[in-house]
Formats: sequence, structure tokens, C-alpha cells
Amino acid sequence: MRSHALRRLAMTIPTLLVISAIIFALLEFAPGDPMAQLPSTIPPDVRAEMRAALGLGQPAPVRYGMWLWQMVVVEPGIALGIVADGDTPRILSWQTRGPVMTLIAQRLPQTMIVVGSAYIIGVIAAIGLGILSARRQGSAIDRAGTGLAAMGYALPPFFTAAVLIYVFAIQLEWAPTIYDTTLHVTGWNSFAAQMRQMALPITVLSLQTTAQITRYMRAAMLDTLGQEYILAARAKGLRERTILMVHALRNSMIPVLPVIALGAPQIFAGAIITESIFGVNGVGQLLITSLSAGDLPVVQTVTVLIAVAIVLANLASDLALPWLDPRLRDA
Amino acid sequence: MGDNFITKPSCAAFSAIALLLSCLPLGIPNAAHALDGRGTDGMLRILYWQAPSTLNPYLSGGVKDIEAASLVLEPLARLSPDGDMIPWLAREIPTLENGGVAPDLRSIRWQLKPGLTWSDGSAVTSADIAFTHRYCTAPGAGCAQADKFRDVARVETPDKLTAVLHFDEPKPFPYGPFVGPQTPLLQAAQFADCLGPRAPGCTDANFAPIGTGPFKVVEFRSGDAAVFEANAAYRVPKQPAFGQVLLKGGGDAMSAGRAVLETGEFDYAWNLQLGPEVLAAMVARGKGQIVSSFSTLVERIAFNFSVPDDATQPHPALSDIAVRRALAMALDRRTMIEIGYGAAGRVSCNIVPAPPAYASSANDGCAAQDLDGARDLLSQAGWVDTDGDGVREREGTELRFVFQTSANTVRQNFQALAKEWWRQIGVAAELRAIDASVFFSGDPSSPDTLEKFGADIEMYAGASDGPDPEAYLAGWACDAAPGTENGWQGRNVGNWCDPEYDALLGALSSTAGLAERAALSRTLNDMLVQQHVAVPLVDRGRVSAHSNSLGGIRINAWDSELWNIADWYRLPG
Repeated sequence: MRSHALRRLAMTIPTLLVISAIIFALLEFAPGDPMAQLPSTIPPDVRAEMRAALGLGQPAPVRYGMWLWQMVVVEPGIALGIVADGDTPRILSWQTRGPVMTLIAQRLPQTMIVVGSAYIIGVIAAIGLGILSARRQGSAIDRAGTGLAAMGYALPPFFTAAVLIYVFAIQLEWAPTIYDTTLHVTGWNSFAAQMRQMALPITVLSLQTTAQITRYMRAAMLDTLGQEYILAARAKGLRERTILMVHALRNSMIPVLPVIALGAPQIFAGAIITESIFGVNGVGQLLITSLSAGDLPVVQTVTVLIAVAIVLANLASDLALPWLDPRLRDA
Repeated sequence: MGDNFITKPSCAAFSAIALLLSCLPLGIPNAAHALDGRGTDGMLRILYWQAPSTLNPYLSGGVKDIEAASLVLEPLARLSPDGDMIPWLAREIPTLENGGVAPDLRSIRWQLKPGLTWSDGSAVTSADIAFTHRYCTAPGAGCAQADKFRDVARVETPDKLTAVLHFDEPKPFPYGPFVGPQTPLLQAAQFADCLGPRAPGCTDANFAPIGTGPFKVVEFRSGDAAVFEANAAYRVPKQPAFGQVLLKGGGDAMSAGRAVLETGEFDYAWNLQLGPEVLAAMVARGKGQIVSSFSTLVERIAFNFSVPDDATQPHPALSDIAVRRALAMALDRRTMIEIGYGAAGRVSCNIVPAPPAYASSANDGCAAQDLDGARDLLSQAGWVDTDGDGVREREGTELRFVFQTSANTVRQNFQALAKEWWRQIGVAAELRAIDASVFFSGDPSSPDTLEKFGADIEMYAGASDGPDPEAYLAGWACDAAPGTENGWQGRNVGNWCDPEYDALLGALSSTAGLAERAALSRTLNDMLVQQHVAVPLVDRGRVSAHSNSLGGIRINAWDSELWNIADWYRLPG
């Protein structure tokens, strides 16, 4: 079991190296100019000097090697306090000229809070709805759940966001449309303000998550409830609640857990559309604005970190499954 | 903070006492705002849908960054909403008359106002002026404003308040550096270790420069938001009225307009590039109003004077001035503006529409569409429809043109309108819309750029950088025509060449007095317009929105929109 985990862990390193090289190559070949958004009044020779100051004069393999060294050695060193900030060149964003890691660290809290809680709320709602739907198949609640899932799949976030903004922000004036990232929660008033500004983006995002996961949960639960051991449990006279929540739930989670785990890295990746609409300005918004500004160091670093998150989530779900399903432990 | 937008709507419903209590976070507005002290109007909430990425304008060059920095950093002189220079940190504008500009035009002497301090309390001296020049010209810095300092050979500081900028060559218009928001003063003490290649690494300084402006930086979140507070050392007593400023970035023009005009969450939204009907619907909710300002951005049609793909051959139809004039006369600029721009546009008959002294009045009246006149003009010039296909021709050349522009709703609407009007005078147009990222790329390997001009007619916008149009007008010189020899750089896209124009340009480059320069610029402008080299259509302005509770705004397209933020205040009620 332990050697299996180590083997899987060891495999992640070459995987990530290959991913980072591919991302670098793709960005290298993609069109885009970091100077494209500057006013047209800045003459070409000044632009050329600015490009040179960004380090664009060096050949691509040198820049990739430099980036890799900074990513693997310098940045973790600075994060752990081994390397002093200022001694070694860090990965700098072309657009802001500040360290990319500082940018990401600034953006992670709001992404974690908004996208993270939306994911957790969405997953809990999906599991609950899935159980209830399966328990009373064909009932009103099952049909409502199916309807909700269809809506979540069918309605893109920019549409649900626009409807929610129109109803709750413009007409009812209950919630703001712009998320204030400088709000510090210091008391009840600011806590209430934080809750209000989170309400709309979280609703938009969790609807998506719920829609995606609840169908898996319902199907898995229906499948499990049809098993003979559930019939045996019923015959023994166990309470319905115990049958559902203890005996059926655990087995139903086996196919659902990988779905949840593989969706989890999106918390880190942020939600590009929803973040942009509400001005949450998290990692997703950072990625999309950097892409449009041709800020390759940011795009490269963020996408590689997302890849790391996905690989780790994969690993975690692989390692968690034997714990849920004893049949896998000897494999 | 952050509570305001919820309590505000409910204010109206409650009694006076409840209103007072619930609106407390905004600061209680006082009718006699001018008598209030510094920072009594609470927080000002500004929304820039393009988030500022740094507060050092020398490292970015983006409008969003320059404007955000203008709360903190100030130049020696600013430009007024009319494009006039007003002394800001300088005592007066140096001119030939007051002896500030040397008679040989090789130096300019700036004098600081006495007693100026940085927000950290230290004195502003001429050494800061000299340092700022050194900062932007240091090799390896990649300074975005290097062009402004290009001909400055050295900066001399004879005393603590005087700086003399020496130029390599006579400069008839010596107001490049330190005039306008692009080139503010940096504090020498703060940026001393940030010269050349070390400039980008000074993140702390770049994200929180120490300035002389009405506000200082409290927190800067790159690409997201900035929080400022009133500068206790600001030179004007009792200003600014606002204690804090939240400058939030992100989203799009739509959400920014909504947050000011529909929900009232923010006080000011910058640069609302939205359709006139969208803005009108937002304003109808009664929470705010839109303001617009104009500088020199003119949407224009350019004609190709040579055959597309062969610059050596004169264009068979467009080299005839009658054809160019007829095409221009057929346009109804008022209808175009109504459809495309609303408050963000006004009719322009000049390629240089501003400042007022530079705007020619010789071309007034272009707004009137004259289809009959255009038809007569073509007929007299021998362009008649002999074969009955609806298109005029002369000596085997038909008036069929390819009309290209960048893909964009407004421009494509303009194309469609022009095509219909031209059809009515017997000219056929084939429309092409090219993706903006290709059309404006300047990429010499692409055939579809503005400079390659692979069509007969094209439409785009251009502007003069600052109030003096010399560099801008030089874009129509003979040698400014893009071609293989200059790597398809150059702004004379139509390949027009007139030695008389070049001679006048030469005269402009050696004329000093502002009035004489204005007169020469007007003549050059008239040549371009009257020979129909370029047909000015719309003077395009900047549209922003502010809430009804905000006073003191004078929107400015020449300088930063936030240039007079020290004068802004909260209106009572």
C-alpha cells in the first residue's frame, strides 16, 4: 500500500515537468505581445527597449530553464525563508513588474473563500439532493432535483449572474454587484457586508457544482439501494435512516468521490467568468487578464500551479479510494 | 467600508434621524463643503474596469496605471480640460517671454513652488527633477516614457528650486518632460536604488510611490484594487475633502456603468465604452450622470493614393480629388454619431480638432450631407454611369472600392451607412472587417494591417499625443509612408505626398511661439482636410459616469481624469 503511494507520488514529478514544458512551448508559439495594450503614442523603439527590459531578448530554452529554476528553487526558498528576497531574481510579472507569487498569494484568499465555499456548498447540496432524489425516486423532490441539475448544466454562469444581478442587486438592492477585496472583516457589520458580497457569486458557482455532481450521486445511490445487502439490512429491521446514511452512502460514494476530487482543483484555478463579472479578482481573473495582456510569466506560473493541483487531486483520490473500498486495498 | 451601498437605498425610507445614523459610514455631508476640513467626506469609491497593474507610470505606460498614479504623483505642469498648460508643482509655465525658455531654444528653466513637501514630510527639490530624468533614461530600465525625455541631454540644478533641462537640439516645443500625467516627479530618496535594470525589482516603491498629490497609498493590490488616504502634508489646506479613496478595478465597462448608474455602489466609473442606448437606459434610473470630454482622438477615413499592393502606381480613381471630395460630401456625420457614439462623439471637420487655438475654422460646415452636390461633382469630373449598372465610370475605370476597417460594431455600422450613401451617388463599396488584433498589429508579415492598406478606403482612429500636434502632423510627411524600406512603419497610410506640406512641416519644427505654431498647425490641418487626404468624421471623447452625490468633477481628456480629485466633494443630501 505504502509503496503504491510512493510510486504514484514519484510519477507526478516527470508528469509535471512535461506539462510545464508543453505549456511553455504553447505560450511561446501563441501570438501575443506584452506591449500590445500600450497607447499607440509610445514609439516602436521605446517598446523594443521595454521588451528587452522584460528579458525577452534571450532565447526560449534559456528563459524556460530560468523559469524552472526560479519556480523550483528560488520561490520555494523565499517562501520558506531560506533564500533572502532581493538576492536572486524572482519570477516577475511583465504587466505589474511585481513577483508573480505575491500576485497569486494576494488573489488566493478571495478565490478560496468564494470559489471554495461555493464548491463545498455545491458538493454538500449535491450529495443531499442525490440521496433524497434516490430515496424517493419519481417524487416531487426528485423531479425538482432533476430540474435544478438540468438548469445548472444548461445555463451558463454569465446568464445566471446577469439574472441574479438584475433581481437582487438592481431591483431589490439586497446585494452588491462588485466584490470588495479590500474589505477586512473586523466586526458584525463588516461580516454582514462580506456575506452580502459573497452571496451572488457563490449562488452562481454552487448551482454549477450541484448540477454536475448531484446526477452522479443519485445514480450511485439508486444503484446501491438496489443491492441485495440493502435488502438484507431492511429484512433485519434496521432503521431506514441507518440504511441510507451508513450502509448505502459509503458504497455510493466510491464512484462519486473521484468526481469530487477531480473537481476540487477548480477552487485553486478560480472561476474566470464569475470572478470577472463580480470583480472578485481572484486567480481566475488574474489568469484571464494576464492572457489578454500577454503576461506570459503569470500565465505560465498559474497554469503550472493548476496542473500541480490537478495532479495532486488525482493522487489524493487514488489514495482515498482504498480507504472507502476495502476491495481495492490488496490490489 | 463596504456598508454604504446597502444602507444608502434605505436612507430615503427612514426618518431624518435614521437617515443620519444609517448614512454615517459615508460621512455626514455638510452644505458648506468648502469650509469643511481635510478628509471630512469619508470614502470616495472609484471604479476602473481595467485594473491598474502598477502605480509607477514610468514602468507601464497604460492609461489605467497613469491615472491611478495621478492621485499620488504630480508633474510640474498639468493640462486643463481645454488642453492648456497649467502650472502644478511649478511656479509658472516657462516661456520665451518670461525667460524660462532660452532664446536659442536649447534649454528650459523650471522653478518649483516654494515649500512643497513629499507625503513623508521631506522637501521637494530640483534634485528630484534631475533624478526623475536619470531614472527614465537609465539604460536597461525599459522606461515607458523614454520618448518624452529623448532629447534632454542633461538636467542642471543651480539651486534647490530650479532645474534647467538642456536639449541636444533646439526644441521649439520644450514641454515634453514633466508636463502631463505620464511624467510626474519621483522622489529621489525612494527610487535611488532602482535605476536601470533594477527598476522592476523595486516592487515596494513601484506599488506605493511617495508623492506630492492629495492622496497617499495605503494598500495596493496589483490588478485588483488600491486604497488611498488623504495626504496630511498636501499643500492646499482643507483638501482633499475625501478621507479615503477606494480605486477598484476589474469587470467590464458594462458592470462599471451599472455599479454607478444603476446600483449606486460606486461614485465614479471611468471610460464607459458602451452604446448610446445602453448608457441612456442606465442614466434613466436617476442615480448618476455621464460626463464626457474630448481631446484629439478623431475617427477618420483614409484614401489610398496608390494602387493597393503597388505603391508606385497612382490610384486610378482616388487620385482624382473630385472623387475624394464627393465621397466625403456624401457622409452624414450627425447620423453616424447618433448611432455609434451618442455623448461620446461630436462632429469633427478637422484632423486636429483641439486645443481651441489649434482647431481650424476653415472647414466648418462639413456636418451637412450633400448628396446632390456629390453627384454633380462626379458628373462634372467625367464620372458618369454609361452602362446603367448604377456605378459611375470614366475611361474604363469604375468607381468600385474596397472599404476596410477593424471588426467592431460601431465601425461596421459606419461602413454600412457609408456604403448606402455612396450607392446613392453611384459608387459601389465592398466592405471588409479585419480583426482588430491583426488590423492594428503593425505586423509587417500580415497583408491586412492598417499600414499595408490592401484596400482603397480604410477607417480608423488616431490622436495627437499632447496638445502640440507637430509629431502627429508629421505622420503625413512623404517619408512617413509605410513601405518595405521602413519595415511598414509610418502613419502616412494613404501614400500621399505633397512637397509643400513637407516644407510647412519643416517650418513648424523650427517655430517657437505658441500662437505661431498654432497658426502653422491649422494650415497643415487644412491641407489634409481640403485635399481630402483623410476625412475626419467624429471627434471621439471619453465618457465616464459619476453619482449624483459627487461634486467638483471636471473631466479631462488631456490629463488624468482624476487630475483635480483634490477638489471633489460629497454633495449634501
